[in-house]
Amino acid sequence: MHRMLGKTLYDKIWDAHLVDEQDGEAILYIDLHLIHEVTSPQAFAGLRTHGRKVRRPDLTLAVADHNVPTEGQALGVAKVADDEARLQLQTLESNVADAGVEFFPMGDERNGIVHVVGPEQGRTQPGMTIVCGDSHTSTHGAFGALAHGIGTSEVEHVLATQTLRAKKAKNMRVRIEGETAPGVGAKDLALAVIGEIGTAGGTGYVIEYAGSAVRALSMEGRMTLCNLTIEAGARAGLVAPDETTFDYLKGRPAAPKGGAWEMALAYWKGFSSDEDAKFDREVVIDAAAIAPLVTWGTSPEDVIPVTGSAPDPAAFAAPDKRAAVERALDYMGLKPGQPITEARIDVVFIGSCTNSRIEDLRAAAQVVAKALAQGRKVAPHVRAMVVPGSGLVRLQAEAEGLDQVFTAAGFEWREPGCSMCLGMNPDRLEPGQRSASTSNRNFEGRQGRGGRTHLMSPPMAAAAAIAGHIADVRELI
Amino acid sequence: MDAFIRLDAKAAPLPLANIDTDQIIPKQFLKTVEREGLGRGLFYDFRFDEDGREKPDFVLNRPEYKGVGILVAGDNFGCGSSREHAPWALMDFGVRCVISTSFADIFYNNCFQNGLLPVVLKADEVQALMEEARGGNHVTSVDLETQTVTAPSGRTFRFEIDANRKAKMLKGLDAIGETLQSVTAIDVFESKRALAQPWLDA
Repeated sequence: MHRMLGKTLYDKIWDAHLVDEQDGEAILYIDLHLIHEVTSPQAFAGLRTHGRKVRRPDLTLAVADHNVPTEGQALGVAKVADDEARLQLQTLESNVADAGVEFFPMGDERNGIVHVVGPEQGRTQPGMTIVCGDSHTSTHGAFGALAHGIGTSEVEHVLATQTLRAKKAKNMRVRIEGETAPGVGAKDLALAVIGEIGTAGGTGYVIEYAGSAVRALSMEGRMTLCNLTIEAGARAGLVAPDETTFDYLKGRPAAPKGGAWEMALAYWKGFSSDEDAKFDREVVIDAAAIAPLVTWGTSPEDVIPVTGSAPDPAAFAAPDKRAAVERALDYMGLKPGQPITEARIDVVFIGSCTNSRIEDLRAAAQVVAKALAQGRKVAPHVRAMVVPGSGLVRLQAEAEGLDQVFTAAGFEWREPGCSMCLGMNPDRLEPGQRSASTSNRNFEGRQGRGGRTHLMSPPMAAAAAIAGHIADVRELI
Repeated sequence: MDAFIRLDAKAAPLPLANIDTDQIIPKQFLKTVEREGLGRGLFYDFRFDEDGREKPDFVLNRPEYKGVGILVAGDNFGCGSSREHAPWALMDFGVRCVISTSFADIFYNNCFQNGLLPVVLKADEVQALMEEARGGNHVTSVDLETQTVTAPSGRTFRFEIDANRKAKMLKGLDAIGETLQSVTAIDVFESKRALAQPWLDA
């Protein structure tokens, strides 16, 4: 007798949300829709044009994060200096008020980066479908939720119908096995995956992360890993929920309580790939072989160990690849074969939806505390900033005294937001400035026109702040 | 959404891989609450120098490419941020079709919401179109009905496209209106969900 092939975690979430099919296109129910000021105004305008309403305001949550300043938030939106940013923030405010959508405005302690706030509030739960007009929505996959970015037309579609028209992606599993070395964390694992499969390697796939190194990660670490999935071209990353997930969720404001908790737990436990599930592609990575990583170029796939050097274009046979390497080296102001630790840093940015959670700040503060104990501070020529992912992360860090460690060493301790990750608000690089950044994209001009971004983990960024150049954190800890 | 049936237009070569949406429309142009007018920010850092002067060498600034309707670009076009401002900016600039060897998922999807046709061809075909597009002032034709791109020389390349997407693009259909035809199925799904997962409707 033939047995049905097993299902992957992705298959199961997909099947559980299939509402209908029209001409081979699926209509998927959406459990949680996160919105922010940048990709929603045209969607609300579209609803008004067609006389449509928000179908499920209760399944929608709004924050202000992309273009908020990271100081003076208590002054309110009216005092935001940038006219266009202020208009966008005010537009969000009135749109969500009209629609009756829950909103954490700028300055509210619950506000922060959308991908920090959703999990922190317990809105993000296993087995859910979650979308947001932001590509780093993949972050929420850490909970075993199918979560990905959508465009503004789709934001409008979800607002109007609480569904998304979708085509099913292929299944890829990335198994990261073994123990990571000291000084190596989730960010390094994520960069190692992108370095391995390339920035388009995941296109058309949903990636499920598995293996002992993934199981060993905290929820914060899993969020970092899933966050960067989009930089490998895959819309969504997934980690099957386990006790780590449930422990994180328990007691959060929007997590189920009492009898509902037990009911939810039983439901969530069904969300893992079957033993005999078939993956279209499988990649295995040895965690023990991964050193602290940094990017040298202008694509997240331009990854090297901190002990490595910028590549030599002459080593590439293909002319287009050689030209791309030359262009990236030129933009980054690096010489072929130059050891990456020679790169002198102007700005250190610890923050973003990739690395601004409490565990990230703890890991960075630990390095900074070690330096302080040795009588060292942020190098005099470096501007170093820490931007917590939400008001609640900020308060937690302050309760633990982390802010004191950072400021004693010369870091700026700022208010929550996307900040210098994308240069849409006052925090940005000047032309030619070089940053050690815990964010997610090292594209040309991403952090400010002409800015040069090196991606790395929070402890590595802290080490760079102290050394004044890219440095191997293992020498500090 | 505008329908796309056939386009006869100038094509401009952009032989770079991994052109991300930050490059297509930099962040300073995202602080708008409108869809229109984004063309001025299209490829801003390619088109203008630090002082806001046009860079004369950039392909879209050259006189022979004025009025361009088609871009022929390198691999993995549209990667990065999900901003739909990228297709809006391309459309506002007059571009109705982008041809490449591959596109990033979210960008590809966003194109179909706006009547911007992304065409995937093989590497040698894209290369050939880029060569023929050099010098500008030639007409390249893209026919969605027959799924073909015809180069200025008359060489014709066939492309694949999902039949359903093609049908919608040809008619310029509104996705929300279509989905709302399934509103009963959505109602039923919601009722079942409320019973099975009551904690989600708190």
